[in-house]
Amino acid sequence: MAVAEVLNRSISQTLSTNGSAPRFEMNGKKATRFGFGEGLVVLGEKYDNVVVLGGDITGSVMTSYFKDKFPERFFSMGITEATATLVASGLALSGMIPFFATYGAFASCRNTDMIRISLAYNDANVKIGGGHAGISVGEDGATHQALEEMAIIRVMPNMTLVVPCDFLEAKKATIAIGEHYGPCYIRFGRSDVPSFTREDTPFEIGKAQTFKDGNDVAIIACGPMVWEALVAAYELEAEGVSARVINMATIKPIDRLAIVRAAGECKAIVTAEEHQVTAGLGGAVSEVLAQELPTPIEFVGVKDTFGGSGKPDELMKYFGLTSADIKSAVQKVLKRKQ
Amino acid sequence: MARLTHTIYPLATGFHGPIRPEPNKELVSKYGYEHFTAYKNSPDNSDETLHEIAQEIRRDIIRALVEAKSGHSGGPLGSADIFATLYFGGVMRYDAKNPWSPDRDRFVLSAGHMCPVLYATLANAGFFPKAELLTLRKFNSRLQGHPGRDMGLPGIESSTGSLGQGLGIAVGMALSDKRVDKNDRRVYALTGDGEISEGEIWEAALIAAHWDLDNLTVIVDRNNCQIDGRTEDVMKLNPVGDKFRAFNFHVIECNGNNISELRAAFKEAQSIKGRPTCIVAETFMGHGVSFMEDDYRWHGKPPTSEQAEQALSELVG
Repeated sequence: MAVAEVLNRSISQTLSTNGSAPRFEMNGKKATRFGFGEGLVVLGEKYDNVVVLGGDITGSVMTSYFKDKFPERFFSMGITEATATLVASGLALSGMIPFFATYGAFASCRNTDMIRISLAYNDANVKIGGGHAGISVGEDGATHQALEEMAIIRVMPNMTLVVPCDFLEAKKATIAIGEHYGPCYIRFGRSDVPSFTREDTPFEIGKAQTFKDGNDVAIIACGPMVWEALVAAYELEAEGVSARVINMATIKPIDRLAIVRAAGECKAIVTAEEHQVTAGLGGAVSEVLAQELPTPIEFVGVKDTFGGSGKPDELMKYFGLTSADIKSAVQKVLKRKQ
Repeated sequence: MARLTHTIYPLATGFHGPIRPEPNKELVSKYGYEHFTAYKNSPDNSDETLHEIAQEIRRDIIRALVEAKSGHSGGPLGSADIFATLYFGGVMRYDAKNPWSPDRDRFVLSAGHMCPVLYATLANAGFFPKAELLTLRKFNSRLQGHPGRDMGLPGIESSTGSLGQGLGIAVGMALSDKRVDKNDRRVYALTGDGEISEGEIWEAALIAAHWDLDNLTVIVDRNNCQIDGRTEDVMKLNPVGDKFRAFNFHVIECNGNNISELRAAFKEAQSIKGRPTCIVAETFMGHGVSFMEDDYRWHGKPPTSEQAEQALSELVG
């Protein structure tokens, strides 16, 4: 799509964004994994061919809700992440809608070859839940802090990748991928994070949502970093900087239109993700901008290093994943803005 | 509660353009492919008939490989008797004219590189015209170098080729049939013997036994050969049968180049309740072609034109 065409379309669409919706407020804290668990139960109640495979840590990735409710459609796979993924493929080729969830480090990194051939190339209708995303896992340390899934999943043809920002969106996203045909990966976290989206906040696979309007800079974020972006944007507003906040809940297929619109209208971009900045959200946004509308961009995320043990909050601070870090990135990109 | 259904077969996302490769017309006529009538699948087929079909499968493998100028010869030739028994001895239930029928038995080729034998078998069963065998490995052919579900070839249940993955997929199919849909379909998976070095094979074996998948039959093509040499030199696998026994499989060891032993093995597998069956089929790589027999150097290469002529002259009756 030509840039001019995108911008023309964007002018008419700007009027109808969610950006004029009431300001988002924090409504307690809850981990996104609970949204995944509840979403599975909704799907199980709706469809008799939704099945769940357990990878031993069902109480941790919340597949336990489904197991308790639908024991006849829950199958323990032991600790066999790779083969559980293959079994899921076989179930999907038989008309089932299998979910398999484990920690993201294993769901993506250990399973890359299984996902490549038996899910993506096979176009098998399997849903992978990757828990313990990011360094907010906390005390378990680097081995269990998945920081690479977006890069791995994003490169696979046929895959859909969603990264919900809070508990409620995780529930909506889980239901959405269950009802969407094709191999999907959903990334969710272990620790409690702010809940702020509402029942009426739209979620659609492949569609970014503008959570706050603004024209000086656009912060494109995913996962719990969306809340940090909102906090940063509200503070910046008081300081005279109008920052747009875009919730990029689908990393693949990425909403190119929203990115080009934001670049065209704000002329400066910051991305924020609890993931390696390489080949994750920052990488995905950069690819679009490099092709469509080169724009100054700063990345907030983990910068080519492993995580470590600690309390989630202190880790987020140490690795530069707070609203303050987003504000710094905004100041930096504004200086580069033409 | 409802079922959320999708069309799963055939998938046809893999076409890289509208034009499929044309089979060589001269060869089609030389081999009589345009007048071919598919063989019937029946328990009434005699051992002799199945042997003749196995030989025909072998000829078709040679013809396809020499035309493709690349591909695997040894494993496909060695396992032709297994395929003839499975597809034409009344073991598997399928309808070649309605290949995605929801009550079909399913076959997954875990050893994806052995696909020439599967393609030749499917063509002999009437899943697609035999002439198409001559497009093996050509640009935009449905007969990919390793099976690709994206090409929509009738009879190809799953993409395979990364060793160790197909058995896990077959376990998922068997789990679906036995534990969710509770039907009487059966699932067959064939692995190479070198392939069972892969850890996923043993994870899949654990899962199959844990869930009592007696509708699953695993065939290990035990030809003692892999690319780098004899399996026991590359990685010791013996005793193969005992390993599966220890995983709570019912194990049948048989001569995989003997139709009557194979028939008995498949029949026994169908009668076993409560656990999966593993048939360790002792075969010779390249069986039926004197200069290829039991020679691991024929794992991954095609015959030259002269070698193909020689092979075809040996593969009679």
